[in-house]
Amino acid sequence: MSEADQRRFSIFVSPLRGVLDPQGQAALGALHSLGYDEVEDVRIGKYIVLTVRGGSEERVREMCEKLLANPIIEDYRIESESG
Amino acid sequence: MRFGVIVFPGSNCEMDCHYVIEKVLGQEVRYVWHQESDLRGLDCLVLPGGFSYGDYLRCGAIARFSPVMEAVRDFAARGGLVIGICNGFQILLEAGLLPGAMLRNNSLSFVCRFVHLRVENRDTPWTGKAERGQVLRIPIAHGEGNYTAGEGLLDEMERRGQIILRYCGPAGEVTPEANPNGSARNIAGICNEGFNVFGLMPHPERASEEILGSTDGLFIWESALAAAGV
Repeated sequence: MSEADQRRFSIFVSPLRGVLDPQGQAALGALHSLGYDEVEDVRIGKYIVLTVRGGSEERVREMCEKLLANPIIEDYRIESESG
Repeated sequence: MRFGVIVFPGSNCEMDCHYVIEKVLGQEVRYVWHQESDLRGLDCLVLPGGFSYGDYLRCGAIARFSPVMEAVRDFAARGGLVIGICNGFQILLEAGLLPGAMLRNNSLSFVCRFVHLRVENRDTPWTGKAERGQVLRIPIAHGEGNYTAGEGLLDEMERRGQIILRYCGPAGEVTPEANPNGSARNIAGICNEGFNVFGLMPHPERASEEILGSTDGLFIWESALAAAGV
């Protein structure tokens, strides 16, 4: 399989709106104490990069639903680039 | 009664559970490696605490796909007793055998200390030996025990009696101060709708002998024995 058949997917997993994000809250407090009062909210998530043979976005979505994100507490967004 | 203690790569409380079941309760017990799929002959499964698969991605997220989990699902569907302690609870949540999910503790700290727990429902295989409203003293040790579920689901669970243990003060008062991790409605332990699957963050196996400072964990183990007619 040549590299031309590879595709890279970036997956951004973030806490669902309305779900408490203790890490984001801690970072928000720290930014305020540094004087960055303009910051109104911080949400901290995960950034996952997949290199996939063939590269079916549908299957990547399936991977997110099954394993990479927990839909009860997390949301995700997929961005793809041709390899 | 025959117990199976499931061992995932990264479990670290399996020996404590095995010890309590064999030496303190005097019951039969064997380890079940996560690659096994034959659970015949077992009456109760224990998913112990630890850091299965390094807690990578999310706690329990990878362990739930271990080969043994398919067998655990069948075992639970047939009404078999399943208890998940700490990381075991997280695995049961990720597997969908219990409702809801876990978030990081609101303090962002790993919390390791004794807590008080109020028994909210004694009409379960796990709490029959306790009184309703009884306060148990059992330790917790976790970084992600901040239980969450939708408000509608929480109301349903309350109505069905699925909330089994709540963090409380020494006299049983359920207050924000008694909540060690930010858990919704001070929840420390829940059951599925059939009450045969139980998940809790506290470690009953660490409170089953006088020398460890509390024997309140025995209420849970002995309730399970009684439920199985032992």
